[in-house]
Amino acid sequence: MRGMKKAAAATLAVTLGITLASCGSDSNDNGGSTSSGEKVELTYWTWAPNMEKVVDVWNEENPDIQVTVNKQDGGDAAVTKFLTAIKAGSGAPDLMQAEYQVIPTLVSSDALADISEYVDDTTKNEFSEGVWNAVTLGSDAVYSVPQDSGPMMFFYRADVFEELDLEVPTTWDEYADAARAINEADSKQYLGTFSANDAGWFTGLATQAGASWWSMDLEAQAWGVHVDEEPTQRVAEFWGGLVEEGVINNKPMYTPEWNAALNDGSEVGWLSAVWAPGVLSGNAGDTAGKWEVAPMPQWDASAPATGSWGGSSTAVSTQSEHPEAAAKFATWLNTDADAVATMVTEAGIYPAAQNAAASALTEAPEFFSNQPNFYDVAAEAAATAAPFTFGPNVNTAYSAYNDEFGKATESKTAADFVQAVKNIQTIVVDDMVNAGFTVQ
Amino acid sequence: MNRNKPLGLKAAPYLFLAPAMALFVGIMALPIVYALYLSFRGVKVSGLGLGSGGRTEVWAGFSNYARSLSDPDFVDSVIRVFTYGLLVVPTMLGMALLFALLLDSGRSRARNFSRLAIFLPYAVPAVISSLLWGFLYLPAVSPFYYLFDKMGLDAPSLLANDLVIFAIANIAVWGGTGFNMIVIYTSLRAIPSELYEAARIDGATERQVAWRIKIPIVIPSLIMTFVFSLIATLQVFAEPTTLRPLSNSISTTWSPLMKVYRDAFVRDDIYSAAATSIVIAAATFLLSFGFLRLVGNRAFNQES
Repeated sequence: MRGMKKAAAATLAVTLGITLASCGSDSNDNGGSTSSGEKVELTYWTWAPNMEKVVDVWNEENPDIQVTVNKQDGGDAAVTKFLTAIKAGSGAPDLMQAEYQVIPTLVSSDALADISEYVDDTTKNEFSEGVWNAVTLGSDAVYSVPQDSGPMMFFYRADVFEELDLEVPTTWDEYADAARAINEADSKQYLGTFSANDAGWFTGLATQAGASWWSMDLEAQAWGVHVDEEPTQRVAEFWGGLVEEGVINNKPMYTPEWNAALNDGSEVGWLSAVWAPGVLSGNAGDTAGKWEVAPMPQWDASAPATGSWGGSSTAVSTQSEHPEAAAKFATWLNTDADAVATMVTEAGIYPAAQNAAASALTEAPEFFSNQPNFYDVAAEAAATAAPFTFGPNVNTAYSAYNDEFGKATESKTAADFVQAVKNIQTIVVDDMVNAGFTVQ
Repeated sequence: MNRNKPLGLKAAPYLFLAPAMALFVGIMALPIVYALYLSFRGVKVSGLGLGSGGRTEVWAGFSNYARSLSDPDFVDSVIRVFTYGLLVVPTMLGMALLFALLLDSGRSRARNFSRLAIFLPYAVPAVISSLLWGFLYLPAVSPFYYLFDKMGLDAPSLLANDLVIFAIANIAVWGGTGFNMIVIYTSLRAIPSELYEAARIDGATERQVAWRIKIPIVIPSLIMTFVFSLIATLQVFAEPTTLRPLSNSISTTWSPLMKVYRDAFVRDDIYSAAATSIVIAAATFLLSFGFLRLVGNRAFNQES
């Protein structure tokens, strides 16, 4: 029985592989060997909803460069498929939606073209420093054009805060006090949870504290790994302390239990990013109109900062025969006022381009209709987004985060939280040394 | 004689075999050989490893094997899977045998309905049954915890560290009992009724019939289901993978196959993933054939 099942699965995989490969090679044949002036056809892999409507606008205005959208399942699945096509030597698209944290991995596999010669300073100046750093990896190259960003903010139940007569926390100390007060009023109620499943979330918190887990030394051709350093240790110790005290929950996010907790009011706050209204309206529909958003609590109130959770960019693949046309489209898509406005309404993203975002986002999301200045708070947060350098093995770090913080949140001690950070550092360095990277 | 056969006749068996052979070679043998090849390869990065020429594939000798066998995560996952097997296999086969005997005893009512009801969980894909059970395990959304709460009991979370292995074993037992019961039940039905008649004339009770006639005769099926269950245990993957996001207690290397998956698709290191899967395949092969060797003569002699 099992053998048959396995064989069937393998057949399916092989068939799918063949179909995918043939799809890919089709597009390459069409796009290949056209000289300049002729019609160029580009393929674009993306998983943002309704992207084809934005692309239609471009295709109408640019009969010479026609873009075809190829719908993907999601970030991780698309990256696996993309890397397979790159290793196979054909089948990759011209344009690819890439989340910021996978850019170094993709560049490391020689999958992304350097488009710095097609991108000028006007484009660069559209984006905040933190976001731009993520697509250049701090070098002179440009590997992608930023599309959307996820500046982190503090979402809280305004009605509960009012009932308990609590001020909205502006520093982490105040956040800890609010967490204690809320849990004291009702032992089943928490201001938030420390999720061992969401490495991107923790990375955002560490970014805010000033961490940047990787660094590149171009001269020595070496990487640095800085997980186990003061900023991340500080964040881990802070949260470990709250979990140890029992005033912050230790259950992972994005579980049916967590959804229920947000909806029935046993979780009254969420440190999340600008896209949170979409999630909250889906899993906490009963609480519409009760939430408000504020900037993140700060470590140093005089120098406000925030981290990012999520966000993606549009990259040009090394297999593209028309990198210039592809870069032109990527720039238009993410900076042109019309294109950005269409993306906001059709795909529901928070654009990384600051000017275009300001003109496209005027009305608060429906779930936050009680807070008309929602996007003013967001823009303010986005402007303070701190930079963070991702390395070539982000996935290793993220899965190490799941395992190590999984153990720490189960044991509920601050010491184990700090130990988890140390372990992640060891795992990341070992993985890089094993692959042959020079690590300083 | 053979020489005089027309060519078509000589070729016929090969023609009939060809599709099966082609499929076997294409989707079983070649990937295995390729995995073996990959397990001796590795990637070497030069400098920052960015851009073209940053990585090259090189021979790695046995270093992938050495790394996978000495990895504490791998050793832990092997120990975990053996504990899991000790929980699952005896419970599942014991229940399957019990249900099969009850159904066969002729006294149970609604026999067809019961048979279907016990078999049905097997038809539920592991991912779906894990999601269903996952909901039942989460205190905030589970009707069980709601009832415990109403009764004033403080039930421990099944997704906590020391209990999570029972939570996963429970899903496997729930899903696997039906299939094994059908296998045992089918061989029970094949026992000629003269044996029972003779036993009854000798004054044997229903229990004695079960213990002295039925169980010895179905031993070959029990052995077969045991080997199947053993292989399934070593390959446990879907249940812990599906439950993982719901719990802090299931690591990304909970079972050996989960480690293979993580190495290949999360760490992008197909070489050490290939080495680990070769090790798992060899262990599975040795265990199943070793067991068959051990019991084979005794078990199958009774058939002949």
